[in-house]
Amino acid sequence: MFLKKYIADVFGAVRSLLKGMKMTGYYFTHRKEIITQNYPDHRETMKLPERFRGEVVMPHDEKNEHACTGCTACELACPNGTIKIITKFDISPEGKKKKALDTFIYHLELCTMCNLCIEACPTDAIKMAQNFEHSVYDRSKLTKKLNTPGSKIREGIE
Amino acid sequence: MSLEGITNSIHSWLNTTFNPTLALLLEFVIVGLCAIGLFAVLGLVLVIMERKVSAYMQIRRGPNRVGPGGSLQTLADTIKLTMKEGLTPDGADKFLFNLAPFVVLTVAMLILAPIAFAKGFQMWDVNIGVLYVSAVSSVSIIGILMAGWASNNKYSLLGAMRSGAQIVSYELSAGLSIISMVVLTGSLQISDIIASQQNGWWIFKGHIPALIAFVIFIIAVTAETNRAPFDLAEAESELTAGFHTEYSGMKFALFFLAEYVNIFIVCAIGATLFFGGWMPFHIGNWTAFNHMMDYIPSSIWFLGKTFFLIFLIMWFRWTFPRLRIDQLLNLEWKYLFPISMFNLLLITLMAINGWHF
Repeated sequence: MFLKKYIADVFGAVRSLLKGMKMTGYYFTHRKEIITQNYPDHRETMKLPERFRGEVVMPHDEKNEHACTGCTACELACPNGTIKIITKFDISPEGKKKKALDTFIYHLELCTMCNLCIEACPTDAIKMAQNFEHSVYDRSKLTKKLNTPGSKIREGIE
Repeated sequence: MSLEGITNSIHSWLNTTFNPTLALLLEFVIVGLCAIGLFAVLGLVLVIMERKVSAYMQIRRGPNRVGPGGSLQTLADTIKLTMKEGLTPDGADKFLFNLAPFVVLTVAMLILAPIAFAKGFQMWDVNIGVLYVSAVSSVSIIGILMAGWASNNKYSLLGAMRSGAQIVSYELSAGLSIISMVVLTGSLQISDIIASQQNGWWIFKGHIPALIAFVIFIIAVTAETNRAPFDLAEAESELTAGFHTEYSGMKFALFFLAEYVNIFIVCAIGATLFFGGWMPFHIGNWTAFNHMMDYIPSSIWFLGKTFFLIFLIMWFRWTFPRLRIDQLLNLEWKYLFPISMFNLLLITLMAINGWHF
């Protein structure tokens, strides 16, 4: 019985090693599988994966409206204080006071691209962009204001 | 115009121009220069080959900026390494520390002596060629231990000790598989071993036992040259760089060069023993086919086989994960060693009864 297991071990090992070599051999002979892109050369045709996380942005539609209610769920979800939300009170035509976003401050230099803020957002107001060329000469340029000036919340989002 | 013709004409010209002693000394110098030249070329070619092979196997592109297709990358790296400072640490044993890389490189140079590169193109056809190779190759462990000890660094020493345990144990199964080929040939001389494969290489003539011996040989020499999956001596993740942690500049480059030259040498030995060295591909008595194969120069045959084996070893390196030290010794003492003993018995039986072709 011992001998049988011994021989089975040897053959199993050889088979699994050959399986691995088949895989790398396939990659070696099939250059089309190469996933590296010649980054600075093919910058225009560069393709990034859909779920690539470059930086947090706030999409605005053509009427300069966003979906942020100023609920600060993202600020609370952020593990390292990247997001700071300043709220204000809008007065509606009926004279009611309503909480709204004033400034969405985003510190790119602190962000770890963990995606927790996007998951926490109840209205999908923020998302991850694919831009990754973030180098600047001054650190203060990395502190960004995400909502554009004069923007307001889209109708019907509570 | 073969390599044999060139060497013969140089030999006769030297002997007619100078007296025999001076001619011999000049030949020594020429051979030494050729060996150093071969080392430099091998270092450049094998490093770029390894980087390209690894890149393609890992779905990358590899070096592609310096020269066409990145072919001059290693030249640039060599220039960078020669310009770096060769630092000797304060606590190190200065003499041994500086001696170690040269010991390792000298050993690699010594093993080059009995290898037949082409028909009649061999430095020294000693009658114990294979024994000489296996004896001298174990001296390189002294260089590695020297480097590890003299560095005065616990990682270096650990790496060197592991390397020692590994080389000493894998020497056994490498030796046994070499012996099994010697049994079939009946001679230790390299030229005899090649001549015995006139009518077919041993890997085909020796049936399955020769194939098993080849597999064991290639595993054992991968371990002996300290390459992945047996690179415990270096083990970047645990021991930074093992025995050459403290080396920099050209002294580091010498270790690096010695590693690649050693790969070339063990593959050349493997090609000689199992694939007939420079002997073209012959099948039994098919004279027409054999003559056709003879038109390809013998040096091309030798280099082709050697580089095929080098590629095989590189393929191992970029596919298999590294073994733990106890798994490494298990593999040798529980699997390779008993199997190669049994295999040697089989091959001896085969040689006695003449069952091989």
